Amino acid sequence: MTALDERTGTDPSSGTGWTPVCPLERLQPERGVCALVAGEPVAVFRTHDDRLFALHNVDPFSHASVLSRGIVGDLGGTPVVASPLYKQHFALETGRALEDSGVGVATYPVRVVNGTVEVGSP
Amino acid sequence: MKTVVVVGHGMVGHRFVESLRRLDPDGTWRVVVLAEENRPAYDRVALSSYVGDASAEDLTLDGHDPRVELHLDEPVTAVDPVARTVRTGKGRDVAYDELVLATGSVPFVPPVPGRDLEHVFVYRTLDDLDGLRAAAQRAVSTAGAGRRAGVVVGGGLLGLEAANALRRLGLSPHVVEMAPRLMPVQVDEGGGALLQRLVSDLGLRVHTGVSTSSIARDHRGGLTVTLSDGTELDASVVVFSAGIRPADALARAAGLEVGERGGVLVDDRCRTSAEHVWAIGEVAAVRGRTYGLVAPGYAMAEVVAERLTGGDGRFTEADLSTKLKLLGVDVASFGDAHAATPGALEVTLDDPVAGTYAKLVVSDDARTLLGGVLVGDASDYDTLRGFLGAELPGDPMSLIAPAGGEAVGFEALPDAAQICSCNAVTKGALVEAISSGEATTVPQLKACTRAGTTCGSCVPTLAKVLASCGVEVSTALCEHFTRSRAELYEIIRVTGSTTFSEIVAQYGTGRGCDVCKPAVASMLATLAGGHVLDGESATLQDTNDHFLANMQRNGTYSVVPRLPGGEVTPDGLIAIGEVARDFGLYTKITGGQRIDLFGARVDDLPAIWRRLVDAGFESGHAYGKSLRTVKSCVGTDWCRYGVQDSVGLAVALELRYRGLRSPHKLKSGVSGCARECAEARSKDFGVIATETGWNLYLGGNGGFTPRHAELIASDLDTTTLVRTIDRFLMFYVRTADRLQRTAPWIESLEGGIDHLRAVIMDDSLGICAALDEQMAAHVAGYADEWAAVLDDPEKLARFTSFVNAPGVPDPTIEFVDHLGRRVPAGMKDGQPTDLAALGLGGVPITDGARIPMGAPA
Ligand code: SRM
Ligand SMILES: Cc1cc2nc3c(=O)[nH]c(=O)nc-3n(C[C@H](O)[C@H](O)[C@H](O)COP(=O)(O)OP(=O)(O)OC[C@H]3O[C@@H](n4cnc5c(N)ncnc54)[C@H](O)[C@@H]3O)c2cc1C
Ligand code: SF4
Ligand code: FES
Repeated sequence: MTALDERTGTDPSSGTGWTPVCPLERLQPERGVCALVAGEPVAVFRTHDDRLFALHNVDPFSHASVLSRGIVGDLGGTPVVASPLYKQHFALETGRALEDSGVGVATYPVRVVNGTVEVGSP
Repeated sequence: MKTVVVVGHGMVGHRFVESLRRLDPDGTWRVVVLAEENRPAYDRVALSSYVGDASAEDLTLDGHDPRVELHLDEPVTAVDPVARTVRTGKGRDVAYDELVLATGSVPFVPPVPGRDLEHVFVYRTLDDLDGLRAAAQRAVSTAGAGRRAGVVVGGGLLGLEAANALRRLGLSPHVVEMAPRLMPVQVDEGGGALLQRLVSDLGLRVHTGVSTSSIARDHRGGLTVTLSDGTELDASVVVFSAGIRPADALARAAGLEVGERGGVLVDDRCRTSAEHVWAIGEVAAVRGRTYGLVAPGYAMAEVVAERLTGGDGRFTEADLSTKLKLLGVDVASFGDAHAATPGALEVTLDDPVAGTYAKLVVSDDARTLLGGVLVGDASDYDTLRGFLGAELPGDPMSLIAPAGGEAVGFEALPDAAQICSCNAVTKGALVEAISSGEATTVPQLKACTRAGTTCGSCVPTLAKVLASCGVEVSTALCEHFTRSRAELYEIIRVTGSTTFSEIVAQYGTGRGCDVCKPAVASMLATLAGGHVLDGESATLQDTNDHFLANMQRNGTYSVVPRLPGGEVTPDGLIAIGEVARDFGLYTKITGGQRIDLFGARVDDLPAIWRRLVDAGFESGHAYGKSLRTVKSCVGTDWCRYGVQDSVGLAVALELRYRGLRSPHKLKSGVSGCARECAEARSKDFGVIATETGWNLYLGGNGGFTPRHAELIASDLDTTTLVRTIDRFLMFYVRTADRLQRTAPWIESLEGGIDHLRAVIMDDSLGICAALDEQMAAHVAGYADEWAAVLDDPEKLARFTSFVNAPGVPDPTIEFVDHLGRRVPAGMKDGQPTDLAALGLGGVPITDGARIPMGAPA
């Protein structure tokens, strides 16, 4: 997760581990996209308050690569995405499933560099 | 430590041990159980399910306490009440301080010659059923032409259960009953006559008023059963179910007093004539009377467990109500079913056409319910039984008249009404558990009151009790909106709001979720119009609406072009076929008279639709909560019976209502005559042609709770028909709950279908002009969603697997060829059925051409 303060310059801790994904304006608030990051499908979301989140795209309940296509909202104040298949909710901040805290998906760092959304390694 | 010895580990012995353990948490009693059967107690009431899906484990009664010494396969052979010991079949002597006899009953087998032959059974234990099953299987597998028969001697409750079991084992059952009707104990003459007709319709052959004279082995190894009227029946198995006798031999031998008609005589504290010896369950004759049901046995078990732990329980009343559903026929009897009470009056409603019979027995002033019999439809059983002994809320006839269920409000039930008869749980006890906060769900209610844990027939009523006690079934849409869908609809309609952000900010909290967003999107589609993927609307849509296709279990999509009325031209078929072939899609005819193309990647959807739109197709809205299909039959065009042009009307209706977003999906059908080949009465709105016009039926559906649509008006001309449907749909869109189909919606309207008729045909609310106007706006504003997407580069940009690698196919999606069927690879564990492997011969998909595998072209 990152706030949308436009960053320029390189992140010293990052090395080459950032994959450019798309221009920021391609991300419609509260709707995800899927990006290919080092061969893995990653869902990237932008919330209504312009925060960015990235989660692995494979829904652990159905094993289908679909989380980016879920509805984004909040439950009890936690920002979540609902899996489009069986509707379990995943917290955008932690990747944990609200219905079963033993299940979750990996989260990835996201940032915006010169107007481009980038996803880092998990 | 004192020792209690329990003889018999049946349902009641088990309950006694459980209760004692509960009341004696410190374990001051040593419990020794001596059991004749070779397995721990199981649910005998559900015995018949053992010939179906249930295994012996499923039926085992739960929770064996390790502190209980349970000796299986070790019956008691003698009791010495003076020495206070019992002797077991293994020659052991076991001393007791208290002895509890719970030996149950044995089936009564009348002295018919041949009753000891092989393949003659009784119906009481799992071992009996194992034997019966083996014999039935042998008979079925060696059968030549025709089915094998089985004969059940006894047409009571258990006999009918046994007959049903035979049927499930593949045999044709005959039932022989000496009395002039089936279930003579529970059911009166009128009910018995209907019951016989209903079960005969289902393939049971019933012989009443005759007895079984003899059973003999025939020359082919089967059995010949001869009845008292000379009839000879060929049978593979015979099952005796002619009643039960208390298993009181042990007690008799020990010199205990027995009842006049058998059973160990006990008082209302379950004490036998010998000191320190108790009897419970079917073996006990409480003040001379035995009980062949489990509930009174459980009550006796509680009495003795209480008394051994210092309490003072007494066996009071016993509810002998019975309800069963056999072969799909409801039978219920409760209270004084035979009107034995002096002065009792009977109120009877016999409807041979509907196949229902109902009788209430009431006190001489017709105010108190004493008992009743229901055959064919026992849905009022739980409520009626609750009124036993209580003053009736209305005229008895109104309770059993067809709309009676509604008149008998559940709330009106007295607290003492028994809801669960198996476990003697009253409405009061349930309400108590709910109001103390102990239970807020049905599973919790079951756990803390035991209600619903035996035969399960009261479980639906438990839900009603919950609902009737503040456990509020909230109408709030979700955590973001305290209002119901209908209220929000009115707000949006009146305020003219057009965005979710605006609505949630003003009338809700938070940012919404997958429940309220699609619901608001649907309302905005009706009220504000516009494309479902315009602006913020796109973020509200369920995945299916977002990609205008149905997501399948592996993340691919299915594509369903609209085929209005199920009509399709040869060129149309060819175009669909070519698209399927070129994109490697699996094709199937749906249950809605159209063609589904499965396995499309999200990236391919635009190209697929480009081709379909060019060939003249448009979205079928299989993805939306919206109009699906209007099924048709061929009608006057071709059919020799058709009286109107059903295809023409179906096509017109489908075109009129296509794209209409609604609380749930909408389906329709039009049949060209009363033969009803389009199944219109199973649709939300169904139309059936008459000589002079159309009959309109509303509120039908298939699915989870099938409902037949109800007639709202007959012989309508086409203009009136369409106007009535317009109003029906718009009124539904306006007032129904989210995901509420039309049938439950109509039910929820006060006044039901009559109210609906008043609103949409007589304009009783004065809203018809508005409804008409809204439908006119919908019809005028319709545009094909897919064509619009294809013309809009911004919308098209969504259709990529990877935003940073357009054109790269999703590597997680793979297909395999299974028996010529293209299916998702490696998902779930469900495997396609391989008929060849089952020895049934593989049937390939028609048309020699196989679906091409591998990457789509
Ligand atoms: C494709 C099809 C099965 C087939 O291969 O034949 C089908 C497929 C699905 N049905 Fe159906 N139903 C299909 C005909 C039916 C029918 C038969 C009919 O329409 O005559 C019924 C019973 C009639 C009725 O609806 O009253 C039917 C009753 C249901 C129900 C139960 C609805 C109910 O009120 O209980 C659901 C569940 C729901 O909607 O909540 C359902 C839900 C579904 C869903 C949407 C399940 C899902 O959420 O993934 C399936 C996905 C469709 C898709 O394309 O991905 N489907 N479904 C049929 C498509 C018909 C069409 O051309 O559009
Ligand atoms: C097919 C079927 C369907 C039924 N459906 C219903 C229904 O819908 N509703 C309802 O209320 N009731 C129903 N019943 C009746 C219900 O099962 C009985 O009322 C209940 O099981 C009685 O419990 P019990 O413990 O008294 O006797 P049982 O369950 O018969 O248990 C007695 C046990 O004692 C054992 N035993 C006998 N003698 C000795 C001995 N000398 N030493 C050691 N052990 C001994 C027996 O082997 C048996 O295991 C049905 C019964 C059957 C067979
Ligand atoms: S019946 Fe069930 S499995 Fe079959 S299509 Fe309908 S929803 Fe899917
Ligand atoms: S009535 Fe049988 S479990 Fe409640």
